[in-house]
Amino acid sequence: MTALAQDAPDIDDTDRHIVNALQGGFPLTERPFHAEAGLLGIPEGELIARLRGMLEAGLLTRFGPLYNIDRMGGSFCLCALTAPADRFDEIADIVNGFAEVAHNYERDHRLNMWFVLALERPEDVPELVERIEEATGLQVFAFPKEAEYFVEFKVSL
Amino acid sequence: MSAENSIALDDIDRRIVAATSAGLPLVAEPYRAVADEVGIPVSDVLARMARMLEAGAIRRIGAVPNHFRLGLIANGMSVWDVDDAEIDDLGPKVGALVFVTHCYRRPRHLPDWPYNLFAMVHGPDRGVVAARIAEIADLLGPACRGHDVLYSKRILKKTGLRLAS
Repeated sequence: MTALAQDAPDIDDTDRHIVNALQGGFPLTERPFHAEAGLLGIPEGELIARLRGMLEAGLLTRFGPLYNIDRMGGSFCLCALTAPADRFDEIADIVNGFAEVAHNYERDHRLNMWFVLALERPEDVPELVERIEEATGLQVFAFPKEAEYFVEFKVSL
Repeated sequence: MSAENSIALDDIDRRIVAATSAGLPLVAEPYRAVADEVGIPVSDVLARMARMLEAGAIRRIGAVPNHFRLGLIANGMSVWDVDDAEIDDLGPKVGALVFVTHCYRRPRHLPDWPYNLFAMVHGPDRGVVAARIAEIADLLGPACRGHDVLYSKRILKKTGLRLAS
């Protein structure tokens, strides 16, 4: 698994165990925190408080179900464009202004803005790409996935 | 992607998705809180989410770490120009490497973009990521005609899933 940097932020062993143990398999039961806290050997209230603390500190982006829109008849589509340096922030605002844009990253490449469209209907991708091209005045490259070889989000701390 | 892989969500499922896509309430009975918000019994929430989990509409339920804040600050999107005849054999091997978190085949956009294999590599620094990318290059061997790596500089936007109503 992926190694953690030595200077990782303030996270103690209990937090570490929580993150390692709870990246999947959180139970669908009426008292799920109670069951998991028992396995971790801490009180239910402490587990909830620590998760809240890690969310507030930004160590976790969220706690809950990770939905796979592909299995809902929808689709994610990776896209990229080249934003001129002097218009970068303006272009980012325009792109981020589309509700369908779920993530957007600046990357160090000629194609310097990479964003993910989350759409319920894959057939809506081309029209949305066109709208983003019109709004930005820039060419947008769409990279729909053609095959998924592996998806794994887990990190080990 | 294809229709046979998807499950039909009804209006109540959508309301559950909307109520939980940003996260579960951090209370002792989180699904009851969702049930109260949606206006259905907690047993229905549990059964419907179990069905979505079973069908793969929910990948998993748990903590979603922030790689940047956890010290995995180097995140390189490695991209590879792999022989079309071999990519479906090699892609799963790249995806099986422990440091690769996402691995997809995507279209080329010639002449601007020759790469058809995307593999996300995380690490504590760019040196480690570069060494891991060299491992991928070894694995692909002569089937790979070229590659590049795009490091992320900044998160410009990150939101949970939003379904149209």
